[in-house]
Amino acid sequence: MEPLLACLVGLLFAAALYLMLSGVLIKFVFGLALIGNGINLLIFAAGRLELQQPPLIHPGSEILSHPVANALPQAMILTAIVIGFAMVTFLLVLLYRTYAYTGTLDADEAPFQEEWREDDSCPEPLIRTQQDIKRLRRESEL
Amino acid sequence: MVHTDHDLLTRRCRLMGRLSSLLPALLFILTCRFWPAIVDGQTYLFDAPWLPSLDLSLRFRLDGLSLLFALIITGAGTFVSLYSSSYLGGHRHCGRYFFFLHAFMLSMLGLVLADNLLLLFVFWEGTTIFSFLLIGFDHESKTARENARQSLLVTGGGGLALLLGILLLKIAGGSYIISSWPAAGEMVRQHHLYPFILLAVLLGAMTKSAQFPFHFWLPNAMSAPTPISAFLHAATMVKAGIYLLMRCHPLLGGTPAWTTALVLIGGFTAVWGAVQALGPRDLKRILAYTTIMALGILTMFLGGQTAPALTAAVTFLMVHALYKAALFLAVGSIDHSAGSRIIDSLGGLWRAMPLTAVAVGAACLSMAGFPLFFGFIGKEIMYEGALAKEMYPVFAVTAAVLANALMTAVAAIVLFGPFFGSARAPRQQIHESPWTMWLGPLVLGGVGILFGLIPEWVSRVLIEPAVRSFHPGPEEIRLVFFHGLNLPLLLSLVTLCCGATLYLLRHRACRLVATVVEKLPATFEGLYNLGLSGFMNGAGLLTGRLQNGSLHFYLAVIVSTVILGVGWPWIGKLSGIFGRWPESIDTTALALLLFVSGSVFVVVTARKRLAAIGGLGGVGAGVALIFLLFGAPDIAMTQLLVETLTVIFVSLVMLRLPAIEQARRRTVRRRCLDGGLALAGGLLLTSLLIGVGSEPLDRSLTSYFEANSYLAAHGRNIVNVILVDFRSFDTLGEIIVVVLAAWAAVTLIRKPMEP
Repeated sequence: MEPLLACLVGLLFAAALYLMLSGVLIKFVFGLALIGNGINLLIFAAGRLELQQPPLIHPGSEILSHPVANALPQAMILTAIVIGFAMVTFLLVLLYRTYAYTGTLDADEAPFQEEWREDDSCPEPLIRTQQDIKRLRRESEL
Repeated sequence: MVHTDHDLLTRRCRLMGRLSSLLPALLFILTCRFWPAIVDGQTYLFDAPWLPSLDLSLRFRLDGLSLLFALIITGAGTFVSLYSSSYLGGHRHCGRYFFFLHAFMLSMLGLVLADNLLLLFVFWEGTTIFSFLLIGFDHESKTARENARQSLLVTGGGGLALLLGILLLKIAGGSYIISSWPAAGEMVRQHHLYPFILLAVLLGAMTKSAQFPFHFWLPNAMSAPTPISAFLHAATMVKAGIYLLMRCHPLLGGTPAWTTALVLIGGFTAVWGAVQALGPRDLKRILAYTTIMALGILTMFLGGQTAPALTAAVTFLMVHALYKAALFLAVGSIDHSAGSRIIDSLGGLWRAMPLTAVAVGAACLSMAGFPLFFGFIGKEIMYEGALAKEMYPVFAVTAAVLANALMTAVAAIVLFGPFFGSARAPRQQIHESPWTMWLGPLVLGGVGILFGLIPEWVSRVLIEPAVRSFHPGPEEIRLVFFHGLNLPLLLSLVTLCCGATLYLLRHRACRLVATVVEKLPATFEGLYNLGLSGFMNGAGLLTGRLQNGSLHFYLAVIVSTVILGVGWPWIGKLSGIFGRWPESIDTTALALLLFVSGSVFVVVTARKRLAAIGGLGGVGAGVALIFLLFGAPDIAMTQLLVETLTVIFVSLVMLRLPAIEQARRRTVRRRCLDGGLALAGGLLLTSLLIGVGSEPLDRSLTSYFEANSYLAAHGRNIVNVILVDFRSFDTLGEIIVVVLAAWAAVTLIRKPMEP
């Protein structure tokens, strides 16, 4: 079964890369979501798929009495799913805010082009002292 | 209000300086305690392992040469700390200053005491770094920063060369233990790596000690505070290279290559430095060039083999440390009191600053080599050494006489310029500096006179032990007050006469030097600047090319790097993995795979938001079902929940974003490129995964969890037990990530950003 799943993982990766390379930020997030799924499947398949019994110890017995699916990749994937979800959600909000700020989601457009500063002067930091923090807070409340 | 703050700062700075000058003072006294035994020919050794596998040990050894350097370092350090306490006034970064100063002093002490070459290198780099920090102490000035960088690059580059030399020395069979060198010298000198070792060590020593063509950093280092110039760039740090040459003398010295390189480079540096000293009008720069001259003389004499030449080097080292530190400190006082150190705007200061004038007088007469002063003794032995046969006597004598004559003229300029002649400012405005500032120059100048009167004693207790520690031999080492009427005395007279003539012609000489320096077609400093700007421009160009702001470009570079880096070695092993298809295919699984593939296709090709969201949800749900099918109900459940939430969030956000069909479409060419990259990436992963599947699986961790899940952790669901028990800290980290992401998202949503 693994070779077939490997093909699916390859498909997910290829689709994800194609979307991420598009330069449209919303597609980038789609690609990220797909790549997350692909990686989870990759870990899953790397732990072998022959056994279809979930890794549970039956009530009454203290040790496994029958062969079960590999528990270790499952634990890893569980963590990975949640973290991937957190990242996609954060990126979505960032995207929303970015669009509100720049008015575009095309990464090749002007607002996303970093400027190459010739002089090596640093911009003034906004926050230097406690007073600055208070001032910024006041301004944001207004 | 501001005034009080400043007063407070001044007081604190003064206290800090005076207290911290106790450190070098105590170290000086401690060193003095070892002195009598060293004179009797004993040495002290401290040895503790540090990194035995690298032959690096904390091995310190005190012998005659180390003692001499330690006395100079701690003695000058005491006066410089004391002096700085007043010189800095209420500087904001007073604490930083004293920290750097004393850290430098300890590095320098470590350097001259280390008996392990690697340990010496560690301290060597320490002095480079603290010198850099001290030159750039006034870090708000661009010049200071640039000069600090210059000295760091030049001496740091030399340090790297030195490290190379150290490693080559080890390969050539030499030992890191410096005190074992006299015995191993012959073997290393015969080794075929000897020329490279010599070159590397000389590069290290000559960048540090500002020898031509690396001399240019030293005058620029004068942007350091004046006491720092006195301490680092006159008395101690620039002598580190000289110290290294002295230590290496029994190991690497004595060959024609050594003698030729040192005598020629040193002699040329001495004369060229002394000539350039006539040019500038800034007292500090004048002194910097005379320091280059002194370092050149020292290098030249270390090229010699005989006792007189080496004695001359050690004696002149002391002479120079005494008068140069005094002069620098005095120039700082002048700058402090009269507000300028440009020689043309100073004059008649001896009435206002009598004590400083006396100190400068003593130092300058020693520098000019007048009889009765220690400088005279140094000059006599210098000529005696230069007349030795093995080191090109004609060249050496000419260089020494020329450099000393120029030195005499410069000494006169430094003495007469600011202190005599007509006063340039009303007298009441200028006053003598506080005692902390005149004490150092006065004592150092006074010692110069004292040593000149008792040269026999000095040579017995200081010079001889120092010379013997790197030139053991039966020859007599003795300084005498008066040598009698001989050739060196004649040369001294010639020197004084030439010096006086040069002083009288100083205005013409100054113009001449300025013209010559200006007319030079290329200087090594220019070369350095060219190299540096070329490097910067190249780096800028490269960065501009690589960091061009295009997300597509970045991703394409990353993806193709991974594909090439992983795929290239993998391609040879591909043949074995295909052709291992499963005998039976589960129809449910196949249907699921097809479903997910279809959903992926929908996401990629979607031109409507709804289709994209639907496809995304389809992929998530399909993957969840695959998990369920292969015995992972926990992940399947989580995946379903998460995918549902993701679809909801994506829908919410996409409602506020422009429709996908409005987005610019890729050109066909770029689509082919992206498609190719994506396909290659996908194929690579598929083949990798198949390859992984054909390798045997290590289930030992899983078996451990399976065996201990119930017995040790009392849980029947092994996946859950791993998450909340065996690897619970990982889960805690995961929760923190989720909380942080949620926090950041909430912040972004809540606070509208000002455009």
